[in-house]
Amino acid sequence: MTGSAVTVGALAAVTAQLVLVVGGAPLLAGLMRQVRARLEGRVGAGVGQPWRDLRKQLGKEAIRPDGSSWVFTAAPRVLLASTLLIAAVAPFLSTVSPLDGVADLFAVVALLLLGTVALAVAGLDTGTAFGGMGASREITVAALAEPTILLAGFALSARVGSSNLAALVEGMLTAPGQVLSPASLLAAVAFAVVVVAETGRLPVDNPATHLELTMIHEAMVLEYAGRDLALVELASALRLTVLLGLGANLFLPWGVATTASPLPLLGAAMLFAVKVVAFGAALAAFEVFMAKWRLFRVPELLAGSFLFGLLAVSASFFLA
Amino acid sequence: MSVLGKIVRTGRVAEPAPPAPGVGAGRGCDSSPAAPLASSVQLRHVDAGSCNGCELEIASAFGPVYDAERYGLRLVASPRHADALLVTGPVTRNMADPLRATYEATPRPKRVVAVGDCARNCGVFAGGYGVEGAVSDVVPVDVEVPGCPPAPHVLIAALRGLTGR
Repeated sequence: MTGSAVTVGALAAVTAQLVLVVGGAPLLAGLMRQVRARLEGRVGAGVGQPWRDLRKQLGKEAIRPDGSSWVFTAAPRVLLASTLLIAAVAPFLSTVSPLDGVADLFAVVALLLLGTVALAVAGLDTGTAFGGMGASREITVAALAEPTILLAGFALSARVGSSNLAALVEGMLTAPGQVLSPASLLAAVAFAVVVVAETGRLPVDNPATHLELTMIHEAMVLEYAGRDLALVELASALRLTVLLGLGANLFLPWGVATTASPLPLLGAAMLFAVKVVAFGAALAAFEVFMAKWRLFRVPELLAGSFLFGLLAVSASFFLA
Repeated sequence: MSVLGKIVRTGRVAEPAPPAPGVGAGRGCDSSPAAPLASSVQLRHVDAGSCNGCELEIASAFGPVYDAERYGLRLVASPRHADALLVTGPVTRNMADPLRATYEATPRPKRVVAVGDCARNCGVFAGGYGVEGAVSDVVPVDVEVPGCPPAPHVLIAALRGLTGR
């Protein structure tokens, strides 16, 4: 195979991954609402409801509050663009990617933080009490959660000697026994808590709340309407999918293609969808049993997950 | 784990859905299949001076038994996220301006649903010294839901006219 053929195949793999993640993210959000509805004895609006909501919101006018600046308009675009970039570079389907250099642990965490900060600044820009309150809470959670993602990643990268995500996945694939190693298990627990906190799920934040005083993520986006709101909602669904996908592929890497040929890619896409759907459904079912925690208990939870991350890094050095 | 047992024992409590009324059953709705709000309507509830009777019925319409969410309806926390306003109660003097502001804050295309007899014609509060008027005296009303308070199935039938599901 010539070099250009590899590149074309790899580009096709990236495109397929982007289409799968963007098309599937609202469906995943719909599925999670559907799981909750069924467990609560309701019928639910159907898995496709978030797509129907998005289609409608894209056709509505985007009202911008008086006195808000370009920051308010730019934030949803920055959030969506940074999340789309993660969705394109992360090794979801294949470890061979023309964007391999960007698929670095530090770059991905920085991109996640960029989106968080953009939305927090926009929350401040609206000048409302709830926007500022939501921004301050979101940054509090992010400041405690982002280092834990890095630590959980370090636990895996210490073994491989690289912070490249594709290298981490490949390292896990070549040594399948590592999946059950203490370092991986501790890192997986730390990562799971961070995913819950970063995506604003129970018990950290309630995505379905109507009570402004308890909101974290929702409080920042209260002023968005129409098209802008559609971008914010699509981006939050994408963040959830991307974080679940990263968790699925870093800690259970089976099925990820190591080439860019069509057949392994197809299998990888199906296995990736199954893994993310299973994790999403489990997260939604877990939420049914949880109540939202008091805000001041959230740092305790995140400090606990940071400790798990620290133990994972120590374990990967001393028990390896 | 008692919650798990409860889930298994209870199963589905939502009542079977009545037949769909079709888009345009309510007044003020676009009857074409490509209506801007078809199959997804986010609602912002505004209590303009209600006795809380209508609020109880709205809460039960969105509870597990009537499950209004299955028709693509959802209550949201901000008028900016909303497609339709659910206004209850006669509009009191203190709530007239907030109601106008909420209407202005809702992105077009938007609908206003007057829920209950008080919202339609002030009901038993007509002529009260604190009452500014019915909802239609303050903002344009598209759909009216009669009843004091309207039963959840009546409310849902009216709202399904908006989503067409």
